[in-house]
Amino acid sequence: MKQPPAYTLYHPKWYRKRVSTWWWTEQWRSFKFILRELSSLAVIYFVALLLWLLWSLGRGPDKYLEFQAWMKDPLVIAFNLIALLFVLYHSITWFNLAPKAMPIRVDGKRLPEWMVAAPNYAAWVVISAVIAWLILGGK
Amino acid sequence: MAKRSNEPFLWSLFSAGGMIAALVVPVLLFLFGVAFPLGWIEAPGYGSLLALAAHPLARLAVFAICSLSLFHGAHRFRFTLYDGLQIKHLNELIAIFCYGGAVIGTALAGYILWDI
Repeated sequence: MKQPPAYTLYHPKWYRKRVSTWWWTEQWRSFKFILRELSSLAVIYFVALLLWLLWSLGRGPDKYLEFQAWMKDPLVIAFNLIALLFVLYHSITWFNLAPKAMPIRVDGKRLPEWMVAAPNYAAWVVISAVIAWLILGGK
Repeated sequence: MAKRSNEPFLWSLFSAGGMIAALVVPVLLFLFGVAFPLGWIEAPGYGSLLALAAHPLARLAVFAICSLSLFHGAHRFRFTLYDGLQIKHLNELIAIFCYGGAVIGTALAGYILWDI
């Protein structure tokens, strides 16, 4: 805008086109954004699953067997696989976001992004291994 | 005096939950949701899994994982509804629904973990 708009007592109503509810399907970038945001549902689903498992454990071996039988349903496995893809997507986008959200400077220069993201991935590998080791009984 | 915003507090829960979920959820979901049911890896027996889950440190860790992941999910899902569906006028209702759900889930997690 070259000229500042003349002063008006009442703000003129802006012309705004209504954005479609499906705006995020128009570009791959925004579609990926919505996919990332929807990973929240996979995380919530996982918490529900984990609480169900713990509840079953507290209710005795029969309930644990029942839980395992439920998990073997092909539909549940398929659903879990989709949820797994979403949480993996969450992890990767989250780790890659760290250097953008918290740039680290050394001598006034920004460290390359991979150097900030790398410790996240290292922690991911180590923590995943420790958890698996604990669950599999230290074998 | 300007009204103080809750947003920084909610964002810190979102951020802590996002980190913890990113680190621990994939391996747990892979094991219990895919690898054990498909028999790729032998599932742990009842006794050993119960012993692990009943350990005070494990309960504390699982409680933190559940609660923070729920607040992370609630915050993110709130903005998914907000941006994705453009229902900004329902902001309060959505916030109550999302964070309220996270609070209820946290209480439930506390009860279940206490009761193991």
